[in-house]
Amino acid sequence: MPDTPAFQFVDLRQQHETAQLGMWVFLATEVLFFGGLILGYCVYRFAYPDGFAEAARHTQIAIGTANTAILLTSSFLVAWAVSIVRLGVGRVASIVFAAAALLGCVFLVLKGIEYKIEYDEHLVPGFFFAFRGPNATSAWLFFSFYFVATAVHALHVAIGIVVLIVIALKSRTGTYSERYHAPATVAGLYWHFVDLVWVFLFALIYLPGRTS
Amino acid sequence: MSWYPPRALVLSWAGLLALLGLTVFAAYQPLGTFNTVIALGIATMKALLIAAVFMELRERDGLTIAFAGAGFFWLAVMLWLAFSDYLTRPVAPAGAAS
Repeated sequence: MPDTPAFQFVDLRQQHETAQLGMWVFLATEVLFFGGLILGYCVYRFAYPDGFAEAARHTQIAIGTANTAILLTSSFLVAWAVSIVRLGVGRVASIVFAAAALLGCVFLVLKGIEYKIEYDEHLVPGFFFAFRGPNATSAWLFFSFYFVATAVHALHVAIGIVVLIVIALKSRTGTYSERYHAPATVAGLYWHFVDLVWVFLFALIYLPGRTS
Repeated sequence: MSWYPPRALVLSWAGLLALLGLTVFAAYQPLGTFNTVIALGIATMKALLIAAVFMELRERDGLTIAFAGAGFFWLAVMLWLAFSDYLTRPVAPAGAAS
């Protein structure tokens, strides 16, 4: 059992801290990965404010808002589950981790329904894109960003679901204890980050252009 | 039982959902440029809540916070340098006839 630290660490505390720092380094690369996308969005939104507002009005704000609430709740559940793991009650924690993973699946299903609606409305650049009028070109740019950003984010959600299921199974079989729980904490960090990225995507994709 | 959710987590969750409601409500108010400012301001507040409470940065020491802040620091540099160009150009692309 990993109740003793790996040979290169003084104690489990140091091992946990190192694991967390490693995840934060990975998340820093993720910040810059999504940051590049968002920078591109900002530059074009500044250049074509009207086109971006008109295009954003065609996004499904009801689904987007529901999905935001779902991810925030899922993140809360993971934070709660991590706190349970640290008490050593692995079986209870596994249920909460599984619930969080289930909410992640609901998020992906709703996202899929949203893509279907947009496909039917001919809003997918390159597939019979039917946006007409003076803003057609900038709407193409907006929806290109929309599909790339949300698809890459959905991939992160899908990976997160797999990670959460693995953590849930390991919690159930008693792998983690009051002393050893670093994998659960680190997986939680990743899931919260996916939530954090969505908070910004939501503000940039669904909220503009609602007043006109 | 002691595995009930800690108070800080429940309060943050409620706060995040309240901020979500607020930002959707604000998006429908005709405030001009302030719509964008409010949307991004509330998104930043939500992100800080997630980072401080869910990701437990408020309980971490300086080293972890430095690691966590590094990505955002370089993001800020990238946005600052890019915007100091794009947001100040009278003519885009540069050199085009105005």
